[in-house]
Amino acid sequence: MSVVRVLVGTRKGAFVLSSDGKRERWSISGPHFAGWEIYHLKGSPADPNRLYASQTSGWFGQVIQRSNDGGKTWETPGGGAPAAPGGMPAGDSNKFVYDTTPPGGRSLTTHQWYDGTQHPWEFKRVWHLEPSLTDPDAVYAGVEDAALFRTSDGGKSWHELSGLRGHGTGPRWQPGAGGMCLHTIILDPSNPQRIFVAISAAGAFRTDDGGATWRPINRGLHSQYIPEPSAEVGHCVHHLAMHPSRPGVLFMQKHWDVMRSDDAGDLWREVSGNLPTDFGFVIDVHAHEPETIYVVPIKSDSEHYPPDGKLRVYRSRSGGNEWEPLTNGLPQSDCYVNVLRDAMAVDSLDSCGVYFGTTGGQVYVSSDAGDRWAPIVRDLPPVLSVEVQTL
Amino acid sequence: MIQVILPAHLRNLAGVGDEISIEVPGQVTQRSILDALESSYPMLCGTIRDHVTQQRRPFLRFFACQEDLSHEPPDAPVPDAVSSGKEPFMIIGAIAGG
Repeated sequence: MSVVRVLVGTRKGAFVLSSDGKRERWSISGPHFAGWEIYHLKGSPADPNRLYASQTSGWFGQVIQRSNDGGKTWETPGGGAPAAPGGMPAGDSNKFVYDTTPPGGRSLTTHQWYDGTQHPWEFKRVWHLEPSLTDPDAVYAGVEDAALFRTSDGGKSWHELSGLRGHGTGPRWQPGAGGMCLHTIILDPSNPQRIFVAISAAGAFRTDDGGATWRPINRGLHSQYIPEPSAEVGHCVHHLAMHPSRPGVLFMQKHWDVMRSDDAGDLWREVSGNLPTDFGFVIDVHAHEPETIYVVPIKSDSEHYPPDGKLRVYRSRSGGNEWEPLTNGLPQSDCYVNVLRDAMAVDSLDSCGVYFGTTGGQVYVSSDAGDRWAPIVRDLPPVLSVEVQTL
Repeated sequence: MIQVILPAHLRNLAGVGDEISIEVPGQVTQRSILDALESSYPMLCGTIRDHVTQQRRPFLRFFACQEDLSHEPPDAPVPDAVSSGKEPFMIIGAIAGG
């Protein structure tokens, strides 16, 4: 019998929701790390009991947590007392230090600030942890201010893949309302050398050599809120999604516009179609139908809640353009929550489960690909991220 | 032995009780206390002071003997009552919420 484990990061701790394959009865554990912001937690595809969590606080900074038993117990990697008497501690599991060497003579140390001046990169937090597809000890971390880090020792130490900031456009990146964050990391299952990332507000980027060199992949994006709407960088990409069986096809929820690329990001085209608004944060792909995608339209620019107070997931079975609202079981009046960029996920059971969490603390599940929804929990702290493991 | 009091979240992170005792070799200063603390509890590295700059994190303060020592130089000796273990060195998180 399959088991589903839903990993929920919230403003005030982490929660682990578990069910059998029917996805009707749930057990809830948590809060783990009570009182801390948990931006993201995710399991290793190579060892599902190995979980990583990003624990942050305005007071105490960044902490990385790791579990080897599916979230029952946690540790800070390398955080124990030194093995040898008098030995110095490592304490590097939360040490995210930017590479300031100047490859090619370029400084990696400044980006564009809100007032247009250059501003030094300052580490704030880890937004997203993406474990390797094959090695439980290898994890990528997307951080604010935007950069990509990697650990190969289970989170004990991290080093920056500085080719991303160093490829040349870094001084033109600028923070969005949520900060200048690298929030999306997608590993290509067919090509270990290829990684996609997305940054607000810089855009999407791709490496084809394991992270040594990068290039912007933003051609076709049009953002009227920046001085040059079709610029190479500066776009506020909110999230990317890919189906693992078709890694050349990417879907994007941009600040405005839902986009699609059929050539690994070389060129994008808009597929917003009949959505009630093309603003939103999440986007995801059905586990077994690569042309079935999901978004949650949100009213913007400043409201950031569902249009008309109706919480609707929209599903396209044609890879975009034609969308249908999914409302069964979701509140259709007086609902003013948001669904943040990392707060949707799918399981891989035969009948694909779709999950999302809201800033109102609800986590919803549909065990039939979106036709009917039910809350798993209603009153968690604001949900920042949702990931699902099918065990 | 030096007595150190941590904010509740850091006590949870380090898995310690209300007050902890640490051996601080040499002259007892803010820096030597934090060095000894991080040596015994490496998970606290980076949570009280920045990994690289060693600057106190902005929302934390250092109190002892009813004084705010936050702006004292890190290598200045702490009060005798702290170095003798009579009074605790308190690491305080800023109050939030109102």
